[in-house]
Amino acid sequence: MTDQTALFEFLLRLGDNTLVLGHRVSEWCGHAPVLEEDIALANIALDLIGQTQMWLGLAGEVEGAGRSADDLAMLRDVWDFRNLLLVEQPNGDFGQTLMRQCLFDAFHVELLTDLTHAPDDRIAAIAAKALKEVTYHLDRSSETVIGLGDGTEESHRRMQTALDLLWPYVGEMFTADTVDDAMHTAGIGPDLTALRSRFDTRIDAILAEATLTKPDSIYAQSGGKTGFRHSEHLGHMLTQMQWLQRAYPGATW
Amino acid sequence: MYAQMVKSEATQDDPEKLAAFQARIDAGDKIEPKDWMPEGYRKTLIRQIGQHAHSEIVGQLPEGNWITRAPTLERKAILLAKVQDEAGHGLYLYCAAETLGVSRDELTEMLLDGRMKYSSIFNYPTLTWADMGAVGWLVDGAAIMNQVPLQRTSYGPYSRAMIRICKEESFHQRQGYHIMMKMAQGTPAQKKMAQDALNRFWYPSLMMFGPSDKDSVHSAQSMKWKIKMNTNDELRQKFVDQTVPQANHLGLTVPDDTLCWNDEKGGYDFAEPDWSEFFDVIQGNGPCNTERLAARNKAWDEGAWVREGLMAHAAKKRAAKLAAE
Repeated sequence: MTDQTALFEFLLRLGDNTLVLGHRVSEWCGHAPVLEEDIALANIALDLIGQTQMWLGLAGEVEGAGRSADDLAMLRDVWDFRNLLLVEQPNGDFGQTLMRQCLFDAFHVELLTDLTHAPDDRIAAIAAKALKEVTYHLDRSSETVIGLGDGTEESHRRMQTALDLLWPYVGEMFTADTVDDAMHTAGIGPDLTALRSRFDTRIDAILAEATLTKPDSIYAQSGGKTGFRHSEHLGHMLTQMQWLQRAYPGATW
Repeated sequence: MYAQMVKSEATQDDPEKLAAFQARIDAGDKIEPKDWMPEGYRKTLIRQIGQHAHSEIVGQLPEGNWITRAPTLERKAILLAKVQDEAGHGLYLYCAAETLGVSRDELTEMLLDGRMKYSSIFNYPTLTWADMGAVGWLVDGAAIMNQVPLQRTSYGPYSRAMIRICKEESFHQRQGYHIMMKMAQGTPAQKKMAQDALNRFWYPSLMMFGPSDKDSVHSAQSMKWKIKMNTNDELRQKFVDQTVPQANHLGLTVPDDTLCWNDEKGGYDFAEPDWSEFFDVIQGNGPCNTERLAARNKAWDEGAWVREGLMAHAAKKRAAKLAAE
């Protein structure tokens, strides 16, 4: 794998994570449990879509095949998506959405922190901008996970169920493959083992305050970031997301 | 115009106080929450601001319907930002209503069980991407017609909320028009979508201003109190006069064969909407009334455990803090 190919793949991972999660979060619009949450979720989705424009824009540039961020978002099929399985999981109830968000945010903050030191100025600049937004996302998602975990009996039960359901998708974030190795060697990508321990420190503290129990299992689902085997959910999401571009090819909007 | 047919309340207060109150209004004073106000003024305002707030909240749904299908990343971001603004408007307005002694939860319950209304326009479906253009251009355009004068309304918190809201609404209207322009200048299929959207949203937009003045029984007292600044027909005329040239510029046809410029009045003559349809929608029989209310009820009911959980946590934190002191 050439460095350019690895970089393109790496940028797709960053951009597809924010695209797919941004899309999922935007599904809540108008349906949240309180007005403040509606506003906050829309805000988070908006940040993530904005980050997508930057990451996929850069990916298109690096690829050099003339594909724009929109082309990459709207005209690839499931197997070409490089997002983590975690972010394509359905919203479930509000607790499941916020648990997914918190697990991703804790990873995302650490990842972006490392990327702000990337030797490639373009990556460092996007990471710095995104980090400001994502720091707020983590504040908010962790506070909500804590509030609901340590809330009523029912809210606690629902949050534990969400954690148990989503935990098998955590491992994929830290399982290095050839792309991760190439990026780490190039001085761009993080050391995923070190990242995992920083993630664990954060998550352990959040879960403790939330009175939630981290599952024992270390089993990790995989296949999202390599594109080898996504879940069935992603195809349905793309059917909706890409519909206009697919149904009316060549139109500008 | 997100408040329609707001019934004004009769008021039975001390005539001297009433006269002094009216003098303040006539002098252009702003009435603030702690000032004395007639009971009818307070109740009418709660109804009007509440209806406006509910419209913002229910109004998220027809546009939210297209967020997951927006054609480009930029369009998705713009639409998300717009719907987020609407939720924000709902929040300002509920806060303004709370200064009159009603809580947001009480208002919400009244929306959910049908005691309070929201604008008839949000009971129409959004069927193509061009509808996102039409809603911004026509629906926000009609709302602005009413809201710009309401910036001068007599009740201070309402007036201040309107000032903030108007800034964002005019931005929304421009975005809507921009979508329409892209579509109208686009492929034949896009142009067809744009015309179809105008066909479906034209008359419902005219209905947003409420029934004709001759049938509008609630206007006089509200206008005296400066809760309502213009009559329904005045605003509707202004809207038509502004919108027809814009439609012409887009190369779209307003679905009204009788539409023509009247030199004498300096405005367009136009067909009235079908008022029986309007009353049907108000009564709950519009194309989407059932879905809209069901969606709001579902969000509220399924969110109960979240609200209870977060409140329970906050109470634990307060108790722990007290114990530590």
